Amino acid sequence: MNFDFSDDQKQLRDQARKFLAEKCSPKAVRAVLDGKAPYDKELWKGLAEMGFLGVAIPEEFGGAGAGHLELCVIAEEMGRANAPVPFSSTVYLAAEALLIAGSDAQKKKWLPAIAAGEAIGTLALFEGKGNPSPKNVKLTAANGVLNGVKKPVADGTVADFAVVAARTGSSGRDGDISLFLVDLKAGGVEVKSLTNLDPTRGQAEITFRDCKAEPLGATGEGWSILTQVLDRAAVLCAFEQVGGSDRALEMGRDYALDRIAFGRQIGSFQAVKHMLADMYVSATLARSNSYYGAWALSTNASELPEAAAAARISATQAFQHCAKNNIQVHGGMGFTWEFDCHMYYRRANAMALGLGSLSYWEDQLIDRMRKKNAA
Amino acid sequence: MNFDDTPQEAEFRATARAWIGANAPKQYEEELRKSSLGRTQLKNANILEVAKAWQKKKADAGWACLHWPKEYGGRGSSPIERVIWQQEEGPFGQLSRMFIIGHGMCGPTMMAFAREEHKRTYLPPLASGEKVWCQLFSEPAGGSDVAGLRTRAEKDGDDWVINGQKIWTSGAHYSDYGILLTRTDPTVPKHKGLTMFFLDMKSPGVEVRPIKQASGASDFNEVYFTNVRIPDHQRLGEVGDGWNVSLTTLMNERSAIGAAVSTGFPELFEYCSSLMLDDGPAIEDRAVRSKLANWAVKASGLKYTSMRAISALSKGERPGPENSIGKLVAGSMIQDVATYALDLQGASGVVSAEDGELAGRFQAMLLRAPGTRVEGGTDEIMRNIIAERVLGLPGDIRVDKDVPFNKIPTKGR
Repeated sequence: MNFDFSDDQKQLRDQARKFLAEKCSPKAVRAVLDGKAPYDKELWKGLAEMGFLGVAIPEEFGGAGAGHLELCVIAEEMGRANAPVPFSSTVYLAAEALLIAGSDAQKKKWLPAIAAGEAIGTLALFEGKGNPSPKNVKLTAANGVLNGVKKPVADGTVADFAVVAARTGSSGRDGDISLFLVDLKAGGVEVKSLTNLDPTRGQAEITFRDCKAEPLGATGEGWSILTQVLDRAAVLCAFEQVGGSDRALEMGRDYALDRIAFGRQIGSFQAVKHMLADMYVSATLARSNSYYGAWALSTNASELPEAAAAARISATQAFQHCAKNNIQVHGGMGFTWEFDCHMYYRRANAMALGLGSLSYWEDQLIDRMRKKNAA
Repeated sequence: MNFDDTPQEAEFRATARAWIGANAPKQYEEELRKSSLGRTQLKNANILEVAKAWQKKKADAGWACLHWPKEYGGRGSSPIERVIWQQEEGPFGQLSRMFIIGHGMCGPTMMAFAREEHKRTYLPPLASGEKVWCQLFSEPAGGSDVAGLRTRAEKDGDDWVINGQKIWTSGAHYSDYGILLTRTDPTVPKHKGLTMFFLDMKSPGVEVRPIKQASGASDFNEVYFTNVRIPDHQRLGEVGDGWNVSLTTLMNERSAIGAAVSTGFPELFEYCSSLMLDDGPAIEDRAVRSKLANWAVKASGLKYTSMRAISALSKGERPGPENSIGKLVAGSMIQDVATYALDLQGASGVVSAEDGELAGRFQAMLLRAPGTRVEGGTDEIMRNIIAERVLGLPGDIRVDKDVPFNKIPTKGR
């Protein structure tokens, strides 16, 4: 059994950590948080130069052709650094959708551009309140033209193209949904920025008015493709959440060692120690579930749907738990804008919603476990 | 990243599987498979006898205490082979429960500190299950604070004379030998005045009284010592070094890797899959599904944490500290799972075994679970260990650290 990353993969993780420590300091994150830029363009360029954007994109499409395990270790570091770039939208969602369902021409057009840092992509799925479900997709597609409104669209304000979920049928089945590729810089698209919980990552409302779009995958296959994309993104996001959990735990631990109250380090009080121990437990469970997700993702195993849901739930809980209690360990200072705790708290809670909320994934997990048991 | 055996591991697994297939007491397999926390018993056989017979059979064929050296009754196997054996032994591993303390804690302590002739005499029958061992550490005045123990050992010629009381001794009532932590010097700070021995549990002056647990069962005992004589050659480690010796024992207690921890989740999932609530099947109910999902990811998280540790063993590395979360997570989880399973039954949950075999398990679990959260390190001690040894936080401030033991207050008020 070798249920661990290889030495090469661990080396890649160290490389990414070093790179991000240098190029993605809390100060750089704050520049985006404070609205000075919609995302960190320098960092984005650097990520492309390092080959991180295309790490899982095959060489024939301009990527490094490494694989998803390599992408997982990079994702972990992106989460640890709280990177203010459209990485998950572009790499986990748009690129994965193209890899699963894109035609050769579509892949050739967008994947090399993604790897080179020249194209930002996203997934336009949600239409207001609600979790991923075919019945929540109202935007219509007819004769290659889209009409409707998507919101929130993560990184929609900076994206060059979007994978859009559209209704092409009305039978009430999954087959009513099809996917389309839209060049957001072309006509028929209106993008509005939405204020949101985590300003280091933009959210948009995108209105499509007689917008030209090309199909991504076969008509009626949209929901099946989307489900696969969301599962893959769930694993990759879980690694970001694991990285974020670890960082929040470290921040809390470090503060507990530095801070003196009542004449002693606050980390010597059991109330604080036990809180941090519980954070470690959550983070460890999340990491182990995520490793299983990584294995399923990298081998395209039939266990992926269940593994992805478990990783998603566990990592979401861990990041929320660690980010929340990191503030608690810091006391009043943790509640200031000046300290970095709130950046992780914001990211943890925004990430908990991005691919559908916890209750959605809980439901998915039980469905998938039942399916497996029945089989 | 893969879950595959190396060729060597696969060969070992095949050999183990073949031997178990040909030799295990299959007639008990189903009952053992259905056993859960607080409920491991055989309807028509004495489980102790079945366990001893299985252990002896394993020992005769070289499958007992795999990781021990051959000269002491083991197989000289690598840690990963031990894990593979546990996986293959499956439900029959339940029969090893009565030997856990002896094999997991007493044996390693003897190996590290006993004289060579004692190792050769005592370890092989311990490995084969012919002799059962217990561990005599906890006392009424020393639970989490083990070093607060008061049982005295006083030198008298070549012997030590023991007086005092131990508590929570698993299996003392069927044990042949025990390792015993005593106080040999009450005038020095508590950690410095301890000494470890091993003794024959049939020695004159040893009295074992079973404890009736909150669950109604009796797995543990009080053990009283009245002028019990132990020869000095049965001392383990130096006089006054008992604390360090006990750390060897306790490290072994907490480092069991690959041993499946009970979470109650598989039982709950199975139960909910067939249970009908007023509004329909439990498994279709949103609230039930949410609870199940939350426990599912804890159970899978523990499973894969253990696999990460096994992978380290497979590579010949020392596993990281991750495994220390197992008992802490599983203990309170199984308690919550049991509570919820009864909740789903409404008022009838109160009646034992009202809903057949499966539901009856949850009452047994509920009643046994508080013990899990206390034994082998309470939840609070486990959190301290994680905080101090994994996260590097300061140890507790110990007000009795430099105080002679006989000057430490013994009453709160």
